[in-house]
Amino acid sequence: MRGLRTVLLVLLAGAVALAAPNGPVNAEQKTLKIGVLGVMSGPAASWGLVNRYCAEASAQLINEEGGWQIGGEKYRIEVVSIDDRNDPKVSVAGAERLVYQEKIKYIIGPNVDTTAAAIVPVMEKAKALNFPYAFSKALYTPPRSNSILGMIASYQAGPVIYKYLKEQKGVRNVSFIARNESDPLNQRTEGVAAAKALGLKVVSSEDTYEPGTTDFTPVMSRVVRQNADLIVLSGVAPADAPLLIRTARELGYKGLLSTETAQDAKILNEVAGKAATGFISVGGASTPQIRSAYMDKFVQRYVKVAGEWNDEAGTKVYALEMILRTLSLAGPKAISDVEEFKKAIPKFQIQNPFLKEAKMLKFVGAPYFSQPRQIGVPMVVNVFEDGKFKALFIGSVE
Amino acid sequence: MGVLNFAHGEMYVLGGFVTYYLYGLFGLNYLLALTTSAGTVAAVGLVFERLFFRRVLRITTREESTMLLAAGTALLLDSLALVVFGEKQRGVPPIVPGVYHVLSAFVPAGRVLIFVLALALISAFLLFMQHTRPGRALRAIAQDKEAAALMGVNIDRYRALGFGIGAALAGVAGGLLVTLFAVNAGAGTPISIKAFIMIMIGGAGVVSGAILGGVVLGFAEAIGYFFIPGSVTYLLILVGLIVFLVFRPQGIMGRPWG
Repeated sequence: MRGLRTVLLVLLAGAVALAAPNGPVNAEQKTLKIGVLGVMSGPAASWGLVNRYCAEASAQLINEEGGWQIGGEKYRIEVVSIDDRNDPKVSVAGAERLVYQEKIKYIIGPNVDTTAAAIVPVMEKAKALNFPYAFSKALYTPPRSNSILGMIASYQAGPVIYKYLKEQKGVRNVSFIARNESDPLNQRTEGVAAAKALGLKVVSSEDTYEPGTTDFTPVMSRVVRQNADLIVLSGVAPADAPLLIRTARELGYKGLLSTETAQDAKILNEVAGKAATGFISVGGASTPQIRSAYMDKFVQRYVKVAGEWNDEAGTKVYALEMILRTLSLAGPKAISDVEEFKKAIPKFQIQNPFLKEAKMLKFVGAPYFSQPRQIGVPMVVNVFEDGKFKALFIGSVE
Repeated sequence: MGVLNFAHGEMYVLGGFVTYYLYGLFGLNYLLALTTSAGTVAAVGLVFERLFFRRVLRITTREESTMLLAAGTALLLDSLALVVFGEKQRGVPPIVPGVYHVLSAFVPAGRVLIFVLALALISAFLLFMQHTRPGRALRAIAQDKEAAALMGVNIDRYRALGFGIGAALAGVAGGLLVTLFAVNAGAGTPISIKAFIMIMIGGAGVVSGAILGGVVLGFAEAIGYFFIPGSVTYLLILVGLIVFLVFRPQGIMGRPWG
């Protein structure tokens, strides 16, 4: 009995220790909670985990500086993360928990169209704002106004990349391959339309593969047989891209390969190796050549939080920064009233803190969504060379 | 042995990660890394058998109990893999670089080596099951546990051996295929589902049935993807499987249920 009591006391002490916040906390300091909702388990785990690690790394840096200033008061940033397992039902439950139980007004995520669309009613009813990484235009176009796209959409990057490849590399025809899921299929449809609009010949676009596929030889054989100048991997996950590239090269494909989604250099290097040389993808402010000192500091903290750097984080670092900086502009009322935040969106414009070069950072997307509902992440188009990404050119959504 | 191990895919993932760390990161000899993968995963399989399956099999006669337990262990391993190995895809350089051009087909040398190694392992396993005392004991347990026990077969010991061998083979598969397909913490479930489909086609409880199921699924997948664009291939495979199971629920080589 006494032994059991000791065990219970130890467990209780452990629970108290775990529940206590990390680091020194000023008892007077207010806390601003930010939610992260996304896929953090299963084959697509890296998408949501990168969001979480980015938010946690940024929050740690901010809290170490004493918090984030909004209206003359410094707020300690607390990140509350929920794994939606890429399941719309779980995503809705997670969003409800964040907005009603945790009283959170600003949520980073979810990662795909299905989960992002599922939580729209929750966001609108609870008068909360979220920053999805899903490309469906319906999420950001009126009457919807509570979602802000956190990255460059494929239909924005695609035409820019295809145009570059057409003019600089002489690409004349193109094949598409997509994962058999809502987001990648939509991205393929948009990509095909963009390629046709540029006068490129689309030689194949019907090839898809199931989520969880590891052997891409059967499906890639069909695509390679078309012998297009360019193969576009539509909406490809970082886990699939190196295998698709390696398979294409093993099957004798000599042309170009590209995607409009962010990829990870280490994974490409490990899995595809030299086969990935020349692969073109969209990144964030992540390549060492264009990083500011502020970004370098973030990269170091990210490595501490996540164990290693992920190039995808170069895109996803923007969400929390934009939320907090817009809150600073909108004032303390916006912390609990997202309408105040929305009013500040058109006025928000700062020097991009993540880039060495002087570039403006603001909310964009009006030509696509009829309202500025997109973070103006710079469109950094990368090429994979000598085992790392090199910035090919920096474009803009506008 | 009356256990449908849904955690086989997760065991495969563990084997892949062990090989990745030993061969890919620490530069150990590939065969040594592969052997260590087999040993590590076998040890995990044995621990699971001793701690969970042995007790559940002793206290229940319902097959659903072990199926649920296996699904639970799969989820546990899935989550543990994500925590321990992280979210990223991991891969190692091909063991044998190069691609053979045979007629109009491109055959990567790594695949040829793995095909040969897999054939050797399948042959060794079939010989073990057919011609050794432990192999006969395992087959006897799979056919009729009570009769095997009455004949003096130590059920607990041989079931542990079966678990260990099954897990070790999953570890070897992971270690071999990480060189071709890489591995990530979430890769286990799709592998388990495919393994389940193979068993359904070939017949549960029959080693050669599982091999046949694998060959049938592999060919169906490859031919389907090559000739039919889009997502129709797996739709056809699954519809075909349903129709097949309506007429032959025990699979090609399995015993009729009950």
